[in-house]
Amino acid sequence: MKKRILILSMAITILLAFSTPYVFAEPADYHVGCVFAVTGSASWLGEPERNTAEMIAKEINAAGGINGHKLVLHIEDTQGDNTRAVNAVKKLIKKDNVCAIIGPSRSGTSMAVLPVIAESHIPLISCAGAEVIVTPVEERKWVFKVPQKDSDAVKRIYDDMAAKGIKDIAIITGTTGFGAAGRDQLKEIAAEYKINIVADETYGPADTDMTAQLLKIKNAGAKALVNWSIVPAQSIVPQNMQQLKMTIPLYQSHGFGNIKYAEAAGEAGNGIIFPGGRLLAVDTVPEDNPQKKVLVSYKEDYEKNFHEPVSTFGGHAYDSLWILVNALKKVGDDPAKLRDEIENTHFVGTAGVFNFSPTDHCGLNKDAFEMLMVKDGKFVVLKD
Amino acid sequence: MNHTDGTFIDVLQFLILGIQRGSIYAMVAMGFNMIYNATGIINFAQGEFVVLGGLMMVTLTMAFNLSIVFSFILTVLFVIVVGILMERLTINPVKHPTVLRLIIITIAVSIIIKGVAMCFWGKGSHYMRHFSGTAPLEFFGATILPQTLWIFAILFFVVIAYIIFFNYTMTGKCMRACAINRDAARLAGINDRKMVMLSFALSAGIGAIAGIIITPIIQMDYARGAMLGLKGFGAAVLGGLGNSMGAVVAGVLLGVLEALGAGYISSHYMDAIALVILLFVLFIRPSGILGSSEAMRLKEF
Repeated sequence: MKKRILILSMAITILLAFSTPYVFAEPADYHVGCVFAVTGSASWLGEPERNTAEMIAKEINAAGGINGHKLVLHIEDTQGDNTRAVNAVKKLIKKDNVCAIIGPSRSGTSMAVLPVIAESHIPLISCAGAEVIVTPVEERKWVFKVPQKDSDAVKRIYDDMAAKGIKDIAIITGTTGFGAAGRDQLKEIAAEYKINIVADETYGPADTDMTAQLLKIKNAGAKALVNWSIVPAQSIVPQNMQQLKMTIPLYQSHGFGNIKYAEAAGEAGNGIIFPGGRLLAVDTVPEDNPQKKVLVSYKEDYEKNFHEPVSTFGGHAYDSLWILVNALKKVGDDPAKLRDEIENTHFVGTAGVFNFSPTDHCGLNKDAFEMLMVKDGKFVVLKD
Repeated sequence: MNHTDGTFIDVLQFLILGIQRGSIYAMVAMGFNMIYNATGIINFAQGEFVVLGGLMMVTLTMAFNLSIVFSFILTVLFVIVVGILMERLTINPVKHPTVLRLIIITIAVSIIIKGVAMCFWGKGSHYMRHFSGTAPLEFFGATILPQTLWIFAILFFVVIAYIIFFNYTMTGKCMRACAINRDAARLAGINDRKMVMLSFALSAGIGAIAGIIITPIIQMDYARGAMLGLKGFGAAVLGGLGNSMGAVVAGVLLGVLEALGAGYISSHYMDAIALVILLFVLFIRPSGILGSSEAMRLKEF
């Protein structure tokens, strides 16, 4: 008899123990995947992105989550490598059951994961620049991106050249996804502006000396040079130019948007012109600009938490995660509903004012860029 | 300026660039050879010594604002200590040192050094000021950075010091004896284990010097070691493994081929051009440019 009571009471205890979560069930967590190049040669992109994502998640959860649901980030490091990126995305979808993914950091890795996204029907918000990631939009139903468009960056550069009467230019691009996509855009849009590309050179992602390529450019008689890449080569090109006594203006892509690049270029970096988001020159953005408030608060939060200057790339993580969080707030974590919600988002972010639509999965136009110039290791807005 | 002049200046510019690259490959290759001669193994952590030299120099000059000369000496000493520790802690205690075992140990050490360097210096690229300004100098119409002159001068000095050490000092001669025949050297009363330690110290020192002088030009990050090591290894093989003068010639040659390849064929295939030529040399002369084929047949690896 005693034994029976014991068994019975044990059974009840066990039952109670297992049923507790159902009795006092909290809302289920929202699982979001993040795929960033935290280490490797593109860690200058991935590290601020990871920092930003973690900072935002902490802030949201401290304030009680999204409608009471805790936000759980699953952060994967791609090391900037295509295979790792694909594996990470597969793992996030199959094992972690995420409802959406932000990242990858690089254009190459973003392109590599597109087939997986297309068949698994999970929305992805890429932090990479190349436009092919979201075009043609019919084939990219589940894919969005937050950085400004390559073609808009090219147009801003060519606008500036046109204003200065520069016709013959040279281009030098990295052989990465971002560099190759930029090279195509530079060549394609040149005709529209009647710009003549007299030299077209490339370099590998790990190259540390571009003197040979620059010498060819010098001999070709170009009146300006555009460098398009994301790797540290961006600060080596101006130094090599200085060595060869080249005095033509140097334009760089929006990939130059990290103050470390300008610092690394040193004295040779003075006068570099590039299209960049307003985040880089927050102090010089006028008070009445709709982005001003977002920019100031993100910059202050980031710099207070991580003791390093804010960069465009962290801003991409800020934009993509907040767009996703806003959608989660409205429709919950059903991937299909999230996708539809993101497609109709209007959002004021660090990169610009987003207006997503079924025909535009980037949502920014060329006003998102400001022409910036390097002056004594700082970015300043270029005045006409 | 007429066309021929322009071509001449271009060639000169590529040559300067190539010799500058090649000088670093040469120094890395010399480091490989020293350890190869003393132990018969390839030290795959050689590239890491270069990285440590570069990064340490950046810290001392940029963060602590020490003078170039003082930081130079401190950095070289620091990397030498790392080299000695590596030998004492990982190579010396191995009970049955076979070539394969030791090589795998050096690979492990290279991964550890890389990881530790990443923790200390972070993942970004580090830059430092040039030794004496960045204003380029004119040289027959081509331009040359003062830093490049420093690189040439220091390579020259290292080669001279190397020759004096190995030909005119007792310790140097002992090391050569060990390289030629370790058992016979031991019978003659030479402490061969000490010579192995010394070879690690010296090769770490040369690696550090290479890292220090190239960092102002190419910047430095924790992951550079593998590529520098590979190119240096190429130079060492091309020059004939174990032959340090061959390594210097081959290193400079490799650098020049790369520069000319990038300038006249395509910057896309720069690395491939140099390595294809390396393959051809090895098909025709497996012992390397200056290596002796007879000596090679006697070696284990």
